Amino acid sequence: MSALFLLIGISLIVATGFLIAFIWSVRKGQYEDEYTPSVRMLLDDEISNKEEQKP
Amino acid sequence: MQISEPTRIIDKDSLTCYHCGEPCKEETIAAHEKSFCCAGCKLVYEILEENNLCNYYQLNETPGSTLTKKASTARYDFLDDEKVKQQLISFTDGTTTNITLFIPQIHCSSCLWLLEHFYKLDSGVKRSTVNFLKREVNFIFNEQETSLKKIATLLNQIGYAPHFSLDNLENKKKPLSNRKVYYKLGVAFFCFGNIMLLSFPEYFGLSDVFEKEFRDLFAYLNLLLSLPVLLYADTDFFKSAWAGIRQGRLNMDFPISLGIIVMYSRSLYEILSGTGAGYMDTFAGLIFFMLTGRLFQNKSYEKLSFERDYKSYFPVSITVIENGNETTRAVSDIKPGARILVRNEELIPADAVLLKGEGNIDYSFVTGENIPVAKKSGDRIYAGGKQVGATIELEVLHEVSQSRLTQLWNESTLKQQDASEINSVVDKVSKVFTIVVIFIAIAAGLWHIFSNDMPKGLNAFTAVLIITCPCALALSYPFTLGNAIRILGNQKFYLKNTQVIEKLAAIDTIVFDKTGTITVAGAADVNYIGTPLSQNQINSIYSLATNSTHPLSRVLADHLKTAERIKIYDFAEIPGKGLGATIDGIRYKIGSASYTCNENKIHNGIEDNATKVFIAAGDEKPGYFIFRNNYRPGLAETITQLSEQKQLHLLSGDNDSERNNLELFFGKNGNMHFRQTPADKLNFIANLQNRKQNVMMLGDGLNDAGALRQSNAGIAVSDNINNFSPACDGILDANAFKKIPSFLKFSSTSMKIIYVSYTISLLYNCIGIWFAVHGNLSPLFAAIIMPLSTVTIILFTTLSSTIAARYHNLTD
Repeated sequence: MSALFLLIGISLIVATGFLIAFIWSVRKGQYEDEYTPSVRMLLDDEISNKEEQKP
Repeated sequence: MQISEPTRIIDKDSLTCYHCGEPCKEETIAAHEKSFCCAGCKLVYEILEENNLCNYYQLNETPGSTLTKKASTARYDFLDDEKVKQQLISFTDGTTTNITLFIPQIHCSSCLWLLEHFYKLDSGVKRSTVNFLKREVNFIFNEQETSLKKIATLLNQIGYAPHFSLDNLENKKKPLSNRKVYYKLGVAFFCFGNIMLLSFPEYFGLSDVFEKEFRDLFAYLNLLLSLPVLLYADTDFFKSAWAGIRQGRLNMDFPISLGIIVMYSRSLYEILSGTGAGYMDTFAGLIFFMLTGRLFQNKSYEKLSFERDYKSYFPVSITVIENGNETTRAVSDIKPGARILVRNEELIPADAVLLKGEGNIDYSFVTGENIPVAKKSGDRIYAGGKQVGATIELEVLHEVSQSRLTQLWNESTLKQQDASEINSVVDKVSKVFTIVVIFIAIAAGLWHIFSNDMPKGLNAFTAVLIITCPCALALSYPFTLGNAIRILGNQKFYLKNTQVIEKLAAIDTIVFDKTGTITVAGAADVNYIGTPLSQNQINSIYSLATNSTHPLSRVLADHLKTAERIKIYDFAEIPGKGLGATIDGIRYKIGSASYTCNENKIHNGIEDNATKVFIAAGDEKPGYFIFRNNYRPGLAETITQLSEQKQLHLLSGDNDSERNNLELFFGKNGNMHFRQTPADKLNFIANLQNRKQNVMMLGDGLNDAGALRQSNAGIAVSDNINNFSPACDGILDANAFKKIPSFLKFSSTSMKIIYVSYTISLLYNCIGIWFAVHGNLSPLFAAIIMPLSTVTIILFTTLSSTIAARYHNLTD
């Protein structure tokens, strides 16, 4: 049964890790702009040249 | 090898600009196998092509914004002024500078792409990051390699002119949106989840003998995990409740705080004394759900601003003539007596007298009327107008903060009371609710004590307060109205906050502004009065009008667009008067009566005050074009629907030349008031309010600003919601004008939904109280009924407001 104490400890540490990750993401400003990244990720640097060379 | 594009048929109506997509009406520049509507658009294309940035045109078709109507000569000299610069930039270490610029033109993914590749255009820029919804770009650049002025000038050149206003200088520090809510939500969710997990064994039953050590461990871990919630996540509720008490009212946060405190104290006692497991799971869950509701309610339209005052309209700096030299000064530093230069498309920041030049002032910011007014030297010009045409020199009469416009502003701000919260239905309900709950709790406690069961009495007293902690009740309002505000937003009706819906539901009187609100700004019905014109004359007038950027010329050219364009010679444009040119040997003139020597035609009937453009062809004076306001489509229907239930009024700053037309909409005995100054409008609304009427004001320009603020719900009608609109409670896209009756009905339905969901959550409370007064409220029961009631309310409010939207035809 003592394994239970260990597991509870580990689960709390893992959960705390996620909490810290969340706080970090807010602090980095990831929630300041929830729209632009969704557009930005679709933009590709490469298409420019390919399109230009089309006959 | 390149294959050339198929030859296009040269038809001026079908050709559109490769850059901006506007039809090439006035001239077509063919270059690089593409067509452009103006030299500006072509220049942008060339700049982008040179830097291999033509991806811009691949992402979206015709992504650019037209450069023909805007002044491409904006000057950014003031950005070299250290004092101004210091106020604009957010951070600098001498070499690397960080600044956020507001660029209203951002509208598509091409804009985003181009602006984030700005380093290709200016190598001094290290990084540029776009915030699409706020229309802001954050630039990080090297001071040694480039300057703020260079960046601004280049941005302006490619059609993304940054907007600088007096407002930028005064409130540079913007609050860090709602980061705190996110932190609190994160902490509450973390604690709630873990406490819930650690509470499960208790629900399934732990044996007192064999598993005592686990029970203690779980209880103490729960206690530990609940501390961040108590000390950090829930502090806003206590603050709000305390603020309410100090103002002498019991708001919804009071019973919540009371419930939280009692719940926590009892849990603490049970855990420390080893008599029970406490209600830590219910406590953390409650806080988490209520913080979610708060986030839901606070979600607002970042790209729209409802708090603009005159400062956001005004420029940062102005050219001043001192000892014969032109220098740039911050607008706020201008003193009476200063001589200022105002160029084409520049705003006049202070009341002044015209000294030199032909004034042609566009007051569309102030009045919504965009046909410029001619001013002669010696005339007084009020702040807020925009010069169209040649540069003028002015002598300032008052400081910026003392001008007629800004005074009106300050006056109305003073009158504005924060009546919103006091009248809210939430406060009324929570007051009664709190009193009733405390009464029941005391009664239940006393009843047990008089039955000589002291522990049970205390138990019942605290249990009542715990179970009635009005989580579901408190969530009804934010979730119903939060959803409603989204539904209205999808229909292009943007509200400042959820309380506006409550105010809209109570509206019984509607006041309309005329120009720009019920009429379409910039469009007009054109009619010709006089002897019929020959086709040749029509062609000549059309060709003449296309050469001018004056709003009336544009409307006229658009009206005559079927005509053919012919060659004109000796073109002359006299600001404030008219246009002239020689065509086929005949001198044509169009413009004011005095310019075209048409004075004898002025006095002839009812339309005396309407805007007219007179025509002279050589010695002939055939007649004039008359410009009437163009009413919004569906206006008659909208007015009829509204007049069934509301009292309607019309206020107009104009003369009553349109009275006959307006009577068609508002009826012969309609409440129409003409020649209203901004202050008159404000007082008119105040008078209605004194008669206990709930007034909604629909306006557009700065001249309605006072009235909009004074009214219970001030709605700005705008043809382009991204343009500046005066401070208001909501912004209505002009295309959605005819939906106003539906919006109002939907608002009242939303309030009814709130009443129903109050009833549902009170039913849950009654069940809870039944168990609580008997003293047998188990932690498990509390842990079930609290989330259950919350989920019921969230589902009910969201679903029913969506159904209501469908019922009122507010779906896409």
